Amino acid sequence: MLFPIVASVLYLFILAYLSLMAYRSTKTAGDYMLAGRQIHPMVMALSYGATFISTSAIVGFGGNAGLFGMSLLWLTFLNIFVGVFIAFLLFGKRTRKMGHNLDAHTFPELLGVRFQSKFIQGFSAAVVFLFMPFYAAAVLKGGVGFLATQFNIDFNVTLFFFTMIIALYVAMGGMKGVMYTDAFQGSIMFGGMLFLLIFVYAKLGGVTNAHLALTNLMNESAIQEQTAKLTANGFAGWTSMPTFNSPYWWAVVTSVVMGVGIGVLAQPQLVVRFMTVKSNRELNRAVASGGVFILMMTGVAFVVGALSNVLFFQTDGKTAMAAAGGVIDNIIPLFLKNYLPGWFNTIFMLTLMSAAMSTLSSQYHVVGTSIGRDLFEKSLGIKANSLLVTRLGVVVSILVSAFFAYIGNQMKTDIGLIAQATSIFFGICAAAFLPAYVGALYLKKLSRKAAITSILTGTIASFIWIFFIHAKNAATIGLCQLVFGKPHLLAETGLAKLAQVDAVIIAVPLSILALVIAAATTRPDVSESHIAKCFDGV
Amino acid sequence: MVLGIPDFWIWSVYLLCVLSAAACVIYGVANWNRGLDKEPEVSEEASWEEEEKKVEENL
Repeated sequence: MLFPIVASVLYLFILAYLSLMAYRSTKTAGDYMLAGRQIHPMVMALSYGATFISTSAIVGFGGNAGLFGMSLLWLTFLNIFVGVFIAFLLFGKRTRKMGHNLDAHTFPELLGVRFQSKFIQGFSAAVVFLFMPFYAAAVLKGGVGFLATQFNIDFNVTLFFFTMIIALYVAMGGMKGVMYTDAFQGSIMFGGMLFLLIFVYAKLGGVTNAHLALTNLMNESAIQEQTAKLTANGFAGWTSMPTFNSPYWWAVVTSVVMGVGIGVLAQPQLVVRFMTVKSNRELNRAVASGGVFILMMTGVAFVVGALSNVLFFQTDGKTAMAAAGGVIDNIIPLFLKNYLPGWFNTIFMLTLMSAAMSTLSSQYHVVGTSIGRDLFEKSLGIKANSLLVTRLGVVVSILVSAFFAYIGNQMKTDIGLIAQATSIFFGICAAAFLPAYVGALYLKKLSRKAAITSILTGTIASFIWIFFIHAKNAATIGLCQLVFGKPHLLAETGLAKLAQVDAVIIAVPLSILALVIAAATTRPDVSESHIAKCFDGV
Repeated sequence: MVLGIPDFWIWSVYLLCVLSAAACVIYGVANWNRGLDKEPEVSEEASWEEEEKKVEENL
């Protein structure tokens, strides 16, 4: 017990030191929100990766891989190709330059100033403030749940101390504190996941043997019995895609792969990182380490999640899902506890703590700046101490997400709450912001009205689909049951199959369509001189 | 059957993940010194008020 405590204290001491360094060099608004636009490319890449990858990816989606198998690797491919390559080169470079030209400090501010619309800035900030706590709660639940299991401490006590520590260093050091600690935490995450990959493959006799053992599991009669219900939903083994057009196929392809894979492009806490470097050279360099980092995170989590079935079967004769009592979010913690050496559990505890804290700090920072700067100061024009309001925004977002995590812990559902809440937020961001964001960066003549129409359409369509139509989400949230007396609006109708389709598949095309129609029917309403300023050097 | 995986859609994405990460490394290294602005752009003394004023002008 001494090693985990010493390691944790040392870890927190390093975090405190980095935060103090950042606090001392945070003097201006630009420092607090954008780290003075002078961040080193390696720090930027690690910070982007550590923010992108949270306990949600490792515990939540890793657990999903325990159920769905290696089909989740399509999300890893999108994470690398879309989340790093496309994001840095096609979005990052223009975002950085336009952000500099307009002196924008946040993602809502970039959109608002680009279209000269206080409404866009305020509304985008409100969307972030309202929906980000769902995602933050998912990350919290993953981190706190693992810590509570490790130290045998009550979930709620762990939740309290965990959130206090993050609140302290976000409020103190601003973006510099967040990014310096991200880089430190990203390094721990990389080491922890690399060891996990090597350990599991070595234990199962190498790469090919491990995959073969996983493939052959489906020939075992005990496994066939345990997966009979899953097979009826389209499950075809852990090294095969689910059957086309089955409920599992829709869940994997639309909710997990498309929802998160595309949604990453319009994540406010990731977009803002493009504005923290001083030139495109830093973004080019960050691509090199970013791709490998993401492969090591989600690639390893999904492969290990799937392979956990082999080890669970060898020792207990059960699938990972059965061993975890049917709770997806418990698969990875249980696997680590049962099959990895005790000392590695401490290392992995720090890996998960890093994954949770690096993402949460950015989530709280972005909610704080959305409230303090975008909503109160810029959109509503309330002249107050914006740094104080920002810090208050951080505190409010922490309280709300901690409350959601507390509620989430009370819900004994058989679905992966962590992955579900994450894909909801990523999907909403994709539908609300992505078409307008692409327009802001690439379409000089796009009107303000078209951008507003797209943002409103995407947000409203997402909200209706998530809360009232998507079977799994609507049933979990329970608002539809409360209002209409049934789990989702398509229940017991001929269109029930449609309720398996994730909101991102419906809302993103609607948002794009709204943008195209509004752009075709409205005249450019942003002044040419402003456009010239926006695109200067872009 | 590639790497012990029978399904084309799974082994191909397994390899795609590794290749796309490698492509990121190659791109990053090949463009290591490209992309520096001609006039790299923030004054340490830039006050809150100055920054506020700039954004107000843009809105």
